[in-house]
Amino acid sequence: MPAGWSEHNLELGDTKLRLMRGGSGRPVLVLHHDIGTLDRLPFYDLLADKFDVMLPRHPGFGVEERPNWMRHPRDIAALYQWALAELGIERASLLGLGFGGWVAAEMAALAPRDFHRLVLVGAMGVKPPEGDIFDQAIVSYIDYARAGFHDQAAFTRVYGDVSTDQLVAWDLCREMCFRIAWKPYMYSQTLPHLLGGVRAPALVVWGEDDKIVPRSAGERYTRSLHEARFETVGAAGHCVDMEQPEALARLVTPFIEQN
Amino acid sequence: MHVMYFTEQPMSAYPADIGLETGHTALMFSNKHFDPVAGSRLYNEYLEHYIYAEEMGVEGFMLNEHHNAPFCMQAKCNVFASILAAVTKKAKIVLLGNPLPLAENPVRLAEELAMIDMISKGRLVSGFVRGGGQEQLANGVNPAFNRERFEEAHDLIVAAWTRQGPFRWEGTHYQHRVVNPWAVPLQKPYPRVWIPGVLSQETIIWAAKQRYPYIALNTSIEATKKIWELYDKVALETGYEAGPENRGYLQQVHVSDSEEKAEKNARQFLWMQGEFTGLAHPVWANPSGYFSPTLRRNFVEFAVGRAENPRGRPTFEQQVADGRVFFGTPKTVIPKLRRVLEETRPSIYGIWGNDGTVSNEDARTCIRLLGQEVMPAMREIGKELGLRDPFETNSPVHLKYSTDLKQMPQAAE
Repeated sequence: MPAGWSEHNLELGDTKLRLMRGGSGRPVLVLHHDIGTLDRLPFYDLLADKFDVMLPRHPGFGVEERPNWMRHPRDIAALYQWALAELGIERASLLGLGFGGWVAAEMAALAPRDFHRLVLVGAMGVKPPEGDIFDQAIVSYIDYARAGFHDQAAFTRVYGDVSTDQLVAWDLCREMCFRIAWKPYMYSQTLPHLLGGVRAPALVVWGEDDKIVPRSAGERYTRSLHEARFETVGAAGHCVDMEQPEALARLVTPFIEQN
Repeated sequence: MHVMYFTEQPMSAYPADIGLETGHTALMFSNKHFDPVAGSRLYNEYLEHYIYAEEMGVEGFMLNEHHNAPFCMQAKCNVFASILAAVTKKAKIVLLGNPLPLAENPVRLAEELAMIDMISKGRLVSGFVRGGGQEQLANGVNPAFNRERFEEAHDLIVAAWTRQGPFRWEGTHYQHRVVNPWAVPLQKPYPRVWIPGVLSQETIIWAAKQRYPYIALNTSIEATKKIWELYDKVALETGYEAGPENRGYLQQVHVSDSEEKAEKNARQFLWMQGEFTGLAHPVWANPSGYFSPTLRRNFVEFAVGRAENPRGRPTFEQQVADGRVFFGTPKTVIPKLRRVLEETRPSIYGIWGNDGTVSNEDARTCIRLLGQEVMPAMREIGKELGLRDPFETNSPVHLKYSTDLKQMPQAAE
């Protein structure tokens, strides 16, 4: 039974933030991939069955209006702390998907005592000890999005024939990624040194066939965090949330439900 | 009229068949296919061509740079400019140009250019470009800040050339504790700056606001006329009337002693399979944030193969028909050039004479005929049509040195 979702628009200084909110229960802040997100996905509905889910759109991702001042994903992380304060949310859990995982990890590192649980799924943000984070700059928008999937049928299930509007949105997302994560590409050299302070128990999840972020990055997160467990999901690429929503929800839901 | 000789300095010894098979000949096309023995020979030949051009009466050398691709061997135009500054005597050294956003330290670029200006005894024209999309990727420079970096690097270089040091620079993309270069240009207030471009309206508008001549690179006659319409309009809004001294053009022109040989060699202008920067993925040439937001919708469709290249990929015959490529003997080429001069009225003219695998002997013949016959004729036509170049008119180097503005605009340094 899909939960009801509503759109909220916050003004945080000179930055506008749009977020979708649905469900009730423990607050969970879900942070989307570098390719943006659709407003509704089966995974979000599964979460909203159990939790109060907040899904902000990263500023400038997929829209023309962007915060030109932003220079680093840590800026988004600080902005989301502000958003939570504005919404009066305490002890949220953070669930970061890919690039959103980087933002979630930055949030946890900035306020190590503030969060209930931290879930990182195929998270960018640390330099993989082995391999490199796939560089979207050298492939087309569709090829990059496709590379996030183990099974191309799953890509088609989510994106269909890919509209021109979607291509434009992907280009805008890419531009924003370049603006804030160009060099070093999609990781922070300082974040790993700050993760040890995070008190929220963490769950690190990786798709078994992640072609975007090497699994070694997930293992590094698991080693660096104070308390973390590493899990993999079969028949999934980087976008575990879109490819195996039920399997991911089965891992995440009990973890966040724990006291 | 100022006429210059130009070549892309092609790495003609690369294996074109492998390029075709690979499907791209730029950015990611492996440098294992670069042969430094052939490279050494070609660099020296190209240098000799420029030196020979001066001996044949050519009055300007146009130089540029590109990266990671066989279509252009020159990775730093200041290298050739430095050598030519020392070994030639009279010709202007026209850089079109240094890609400013690639500079992590524009002050160092200002120093290099000042040295070239002094060594050449004031022959430098210091053009600046944004650099193609692939140049950003090849150099790890953020394409999303390309235009911002271009404008700020320009402002910093001009400041380094004209303001007494030491001073401090706290910009958005550049911060310098102490700007105080001990090499400053010989030419005052500073060397002329010309701005080449192909498509972006933003660059045309920016150049017109600075009162810098704009050099249209190998555009069709119709496209060139539209560029001047926009430039002239912005100039009027800015307070001055633009004329031939604000207009430059680069054209592919191969001349030879026979029509047949000229055509055969002119076909080499398409040696990169019709894309003058080589075959490349659209997102390499136009990374996100690099291109004008007004083109975004068209571009994304092109990038995924749903639409044609907005620049098109005209055949050799089409390019000849719309006046982008000329070939022939001086006798047949000069009337064609006259038509371009009459229709578009530029006072700065770059002649891209040789490309691809044109032999050393044929390249030298082309240069000789250009220097001894074609360019003198163009200068005569220029006189007849009143196409006076910025040196002849002694135009202000920048808007802020203008004495004829109709209304004083905001300082647009």
